[in-house]
Amino acid sequence: MPGPDKETDLTERIEAFLSDLKRGGSGTGPLRGSAEMARETTSLLRRITAQARWSSAGDLMEIIRKEGRRMIAAQPSETTVGNMIRRVLKIIREEYARSRGSSEETDQQESLHKLLTSGGLSEENFRQHFTALKANVIEAINELLTELEGTTDNIAMQALEHIHSNEVIMTIGRSRTVEAFLKDAARKRKFHVIVAECAPFCQGHKMATSLSKSGIETTVITDAAIFAVMSRVNKVIIGTQTVLANGGLRAVNGTHTLALAAKHHSTPLIICAPMFKLSPQFPNEEDTFHKFVSPHEVLPFTEGEILSKVNVHCPVFDYVPPELITLFISNIGGHAPSYIYRLMSELYHPEDHEL
Amino acid sequence: MADGGVTDGPDKNDDVERAKCEGKEMTKEEKQRLRKEKKQQKKSKEKKDDAASQESEKGKKSDGKSSPASQPLPKPTTQKEAPAPADKPAKSKAELKAERRARQEADRASKQGSKKGEVGPQASAGKPKAPPSELQPVVKRLPEHMQVDNPDVLKKLAKKLERQQIPLRLDYGYKVSLFSHLHQYSRKAPLTQQLSIPSTVIHPAIVRLGLQYSQGIVAGSNARSVALLHAFKQVISDYTTPPNEELSRDLVNKLKPYISFLNQCRPLSASMGNAIKYIKKEISNIPSQCKEEEAKRKLLNCIECYINEKIILAAKAIAKYSIEKISDGDVILVYGCSSLVNHILCEAFEKAIKFHVIVVDSRPRLEGREALRRLVQRGISCTYVLISAVSYILPEVSKVFLGAHALLANGYVMSRVGTSQIALVAKAFNVPVLVCCETYKFCDRVQTDSFVSNELDDPDDLIVTRKGKTQLEDWQQVDSLGLLNLVYDVTPPDFVDLVITDLGMIPCTSVPVVLRVKNVDQ
Repeated sequence: MPGPDKETDLTERIEAFLSDLKRGGSGTGPLRGSAEMARETTSLLRRITAQARWSSAGDLMEIIRKEGRRMIAAQPSETTVGNMIRRVLKIIREEYARSRGSSEETDQQESLHKLLTSGGLSEENFRQHFTALKANVIEAINELLTELEGTTDNIAMQALEHIHSNEVIMTIGRSRTVEAFLKDAARKRKFHVIVAECAPFCQGHKMATSLSKSGIETTVITDAAIFAVMSRVNKVIIGTQTVLANGGLRAVNGTHTLALAAKHHSTPLIICAPMFKLSPQFPNEEDTFHKFVSPHEVLPFTEGEILSKVNVHCPVFDYVPPELITLFISNIGGHAPSYIYRLMSELYHPEDHEL
Repeated sequence: MADGGVTDGPDKNDDVERAKCEGKEMTKEEKQRLRKEKKQQKKSKEKKDDAASQESEKGKKSDGKSSPASQPLPKPTTQKEAPAPADKPAKSKAELKAERRARQEADRASKQGSKKGEVGPQASAGKPKAPPSELQPVVKRLPEHMQVDNPDVLKKLAKKLERQQIPLRLDYGYKVSLFSHLHQYSRKAPLTQQLSIPSTVIHPAIVRLGLQYSQGIVAGSNARSVALLHAFKQVISDYTTPPNEELSRDLVNKLKPYISFLNQCRPLSASMGNAIKYIKKEISNIPSQCKEEEAKRKLLNCIECYINEKIILAAKAIAKYSIEKISDGDVILVYGCSSLVNHILCEAFEKAIKFHVIVVDSRPRLEGREALRRLVQRGISCTYVLISAVSYILPEVSKVFLGAHALLANGYVMSRVGTSQIALVAKAFNVPVLVCCETYKFCDRVQTDSFVSNELDDPDDLIVTRKGKTQLEDWQQVDSLGLLNLVYDVTPPDFVDLVITDLGMIPCTSVPVVLRVKNVDQ
């Protein structure tokens, strides 16, 4: 019977993905880039939609929420997984609303007017069955996948608007988005890039070799020299792991120092982040930033017996408040940090913020 | 720089104008020489006719001053005319100035137009107000190690080293364009490899010291100064005055090639510079009738005193002041390995104050590990992080203690690279920053950024092997890739809350006052 086989096949894939997540996020930075993670999640969700057993939109949403919670629990620091799940949930709601024929819910926000007028109609329990729903949802997810494929190119296309010739640009660590951005600009303009190596993983080295091989004048500096050279830098362009709901960032450690130095010299700080990195979380001490990896990276075991007498910390992420950021460049254009909350309401439904 | 350049103002403009017109760069030395020659010529001319020219000059000056409408300066004229009848040499200077001014005006009027002509005499008229005793014209010679991009300077240096029989150290690797005016040496090619063994020109203690500097075995400004002074003690005790020579002059000349050699091994630090100045002064102050043995004993004693006073006792005084600032339950952040800060923390621990230390470290030197070892050995509880984690750990910190390599005259603190960053982040989190520095490290240089005067370390230090892969292994092959390994950076005074010195606790802006008081004392 095709049914149970498909189901076991599906559960196998989900388990494989979960174990990948658990393993992938340990230590040396993401084994795969965020874009790949987003694509994998979305394909998996498409597969769930196609193969799982559900009769109404509500069922599907329940299944996705359940699997989503497991995925997020496997690797809490990979926020792209949660973001994609919320996007798909929003897609399902939209398709359901369209199938029902009701007007597009353009403004999802609660308003007093809505509460008074649409009294009983707000009882959306998604229980109605529509035959075309499955096909529509899968089509919409395919559109989402195409959007994901093109994010890096879309961002890179905007490079020439922001980089003029003979500039000195600073960046930190390694971001594939920023790499593509700079390489695209380098085809037409000549500029100089300074890369901060971002200890202890020193991802900046790989970025620097890759950029210099494309013919861009690159210099590698240590993290300690960021403030010292900042006075000669015209722009700071960095990538990030997550964009938080208040416009702040959760980026690789050392970014906060970089942002403060840029603010001190009034140098614009530009973030290249595709929309799938936007997360509806707000910064919160307990769960948002603190992810640590083995202190072996900082103080290796070869140091001997003092290791038992000292505490060693190796945080992976840094929080950057939105006041230090000048501009976000995403695949749908450029925005100020104060506009991020608006974009969030377009991408995610408020009821999905807590899965 | 030359704020008191009273007499040199118009001269400099004059020379610079001529140099610009001739399209040739004259070094400051050549300019000085030219100036001296001109002065000599004028003096010899003036001694011939005095009385007649006096009145005509007076007339000329008052005319020259009142005629251009843009000179509302009545004071300088009166001042000039008052000493004029009283003093002959002052008169001749003023005459020279007037003549020069007249010539300048003629030149400028013919070449550049009226604007410059107004500015020139205005400036020279305004300047003679300043009394010469306090604001002496500072004709600073730019040190060689900051002019690597000037081929003339390099040629002169090569000639000087050849004369002193010291090998020239070659630069290594691709230099980042912003720093092409500084040297960049490789640690794998120490200068001592190019010396003959045994070296006849340089004392073996100095050779050893140079090697220790260039390999980083002796590092840290206090350690380097103390090592230098001990080596000089050795040199002085082994020294014998050659016949027909005076100890005070010959010993100073003997020390010059040693200093050049050490400079080639590693650029001298500010503290070393001050120590050398002190020694040279002491040597030249030795009276000529003093016997050799006694003179040597006196010098050795002086050096001992210097080390004792300026370094050891100063550390004790600073520790005493600092301990007042450390209270129970404090979490103190330190950066890198500063001998002074370590000393303070150990003293505070002896006094049974309960505090916790966070040691921040940075690649590639990783000096913090040395500080960590020393503190842990004493039993102080420590935490260790890298500098990129500073904004994570700062909310827990109550105070930041930083060491300094030198304190500049405009209040900037020159210290290990990364210090300014820590001060910046501490300021953002409202954590007080205290800098500990002995007064012998104060220097009267001024600097506003970390580019103009710095030290470039071996760029190969940045290369690291992680998980068997070395990303930057063949960085030399790739044309557009450069590695930058800075050693120092400057911290602006608004990031620093307090400077603790052996003279007390002062704000950063009081550094020039201390310098001036010291100069007056000496």
